[in-house]
Amino acid sequence: MSESLISARGLTKKYGDFTAVNAIDFDVAKGESFGLLGPNGAGKSTTMRIIAATSQRTAGTISILGRDPEEHGPQIRAHLGVVPQQDNLDGELTVTENLFIYGRYFGLSKKFIRAKIEELLEFAQLEEKRNVKVDALSGGMKRRLTIARALVSEPDILMLDEPTTGLDPQARHILWDRLFRLKETGVTLVLTTHFMDEAEQLCDRLVVMDNGKIMAEGSPLELIKVYSTKEVLEVRFGSERNKEVAPILRGMCDRIEELPDRILMYVEDGEALLEEIIAKKLHPTTSLVRRSSLEDVFLRLTGRSLIE
Amino acid sequence: MSTAVEIADARANKFGHQLYAGRARAIVERSLLALRSSTWVPIATGFVEPVLYLLAFGYGMGELIGNVDFGGKTIDYTVFIAPGLLATSAMNGAIYDSTWNVFFKLNESKLYQGMLATPLGPLDVALGEITWALLRGLSYAMAFMAITAPLGLVPGVAAILAIPAAVFIAFGFASFGMAITSYFKTYQQMGMINIVLLPMFLFSGSLYPISVYPDWLEFLIKLMPSWHGIELVRDIWFSAFDNGTLIHVSYFCVMIVTGLYFTTRRLRNLFMR
Ligand SMILES: Nc1ncnc2c1ncn2[C@@H]1O[C@H](COP(=O)(O)OP(=O)(O)OP(=O)(O)O)[C@@H](O)[C@H]1O
Ligand SMILES: [Mg+2]
Repeated sequence: MSESLISARGLTKKYGDFTAVNAIDFDVAKGESFGLLGPNGAGKSTTMRIIAATSQRTAGTISILGRDPEEHGPQIRAHLGVVPQQDNLDGELTVTENLFIYGRYFGLSKKFIRAKIEELLEFAQLEEKRNVKVDALSGGMKRRLTIARALVSEPDILMLDEPTTGLDPQARHILWDRLFRLKETGVTLVLTTHFMDEAEQLCDRLVVMDNGKIMAEGSPLELIKVYSTKEVLEVRFGSERNKEVAPILRGMCDRIEELPDRILMYVEDGEALLEEIIAKKLHPTTSLVRRSSLEDVFLRLTGRSLIE
Repeated sequence: MSTAVEIADARANKFGHQLYAGRARAIVERSLLALRSSTWVPIATGFVEPVLYLLAFGYGMGELIGNVDFGGKTIDYTVFIAPGLLATSAMNGAIYDSTWNVFFKLNESKLYQGMLATPLGPLDVALGEITWALLRGLSYAMAFMAITAPLGLVPGVAAILAIPAAVFIAFGFASFGMAITSYFKTYQQMGMINIVLLPMFLFSGSLYPISVYPDWLEFLIKLMPSWHGIELVRDIWFSAFDNGTLIHVSYFCVMIVTGLYFTTRRLRNLFMR
């Protein structure tokens, strides 16, 4: 691994008696794309805010670009582009004014920002909305503007807290492509997401968090290899019969997960297992064999699905 | 051209660099942009209100009252209330910007949260917002002066100093108002501000000398910032300086400093803890 840009040891954040982030360790290398995955309340946003130098840790250490955010908050923030979970655009201003004034908060010259705005409007596909007040934009447009705004200062690290929540599938794919290109120019990405396809697409490495702790760490492929089987057989018997057949199925493979609507069976060869089940005359109403995904890793580690 | 990083690094060793990036003007720029598309009604009200009072009380009641004793001199009632109304309009303008406007930005639009995710510090935000309130106070004071001078209500050229004085007291009110607002969470609490302000302004002697009150009430009013503001502008208006003038000035210095201190501290605790 090359030099680490962000490095946390025993990082802890408490709100009163409640521990939101519980002694976590992680490193993010320069140019890497690093993901935080976890169910609601896992502590992802809290961790993001500590990295962004807008929240102070309770214990542990963290260094960002070799600096401590408690000592050098403004200097660290100058390197960052922040996309918060909830948009906080300036509703009284237009699209271009939002980009302009945000650049001014960084102290950038008007000339520089004006040139940058054209590039960012193109990036966010908001050229036609340039003089529209932000309050009149759709949710997805606001999201795109928030992301564009984070780039006005040409950050070295882009912090994205659930960047594509609220975007339509097409906009998501375009954004992934843009983020990928940013990464190629050397920008380090730190992101959280509830979408496993997004994590698989964008993250070189990720950590799975639950209850403020890191449960696992690795590349998407490594995690699948370690925490899941090659294939998954999904079978449905209808919500009544699921309970009935589950004990029988349990004996047929190493691990099964009972979800409200279906049963997941973890095996190396899904088709073979399905034949066995049919031979026992259990007759599922529907069945599907697929490759393991991060969703399965997640279920294994947290007992919960990514999107609750 | 310097990059965001160079700009921030240049301040890294300055005292208080965590709180202040030296860029309060960026916040003022933001207010200017927002002004272009905002409604003019509340702003216009601020201009018109003191003039209406002047007409109603000065030329209406003034006919009944005639003259007033002030600082050993006998002066026309309308002339007497003019500086009081100037002070009141400056204070009201500053309060409007630093309370309701700030409350909205803090709680509804999450605007400060966005600002503080940049290298800006809480003191930039506080100073920027307060400066904006002052500019409003300044424009009210100048407009009022422009209306009262032709009417012969301004006793001399020195009275022009009432304009900076109005801005100074607006500073006190804006800074204190923003501090209080930053601690408020609900609309009910904000409503309390209005309940306190109305009697405070009515009884603070803009329309008559407070010597008409019983001692205990006079004492109480003398603790109020509005009274100090009105008296300060009045002293300057009539060039009637005494020890009291110094006390008024000190009162506002304390208000400005405490207000800034608590606003900065609160913003930091809200968005950077
Ligand atoms: N300002 C705060 N005061 C008190 N508790 C907080 C605060 N912010 C977060 N928490 C608590 O800390 C825990 C972690 O919150 P956090 O926002 O980091 O979760 P998350 O992983 O981002 O969840 P989500 O997927 O829902 O965004 C939650 O239980 C939350 O209630
Ligand atoms: Mg979150």
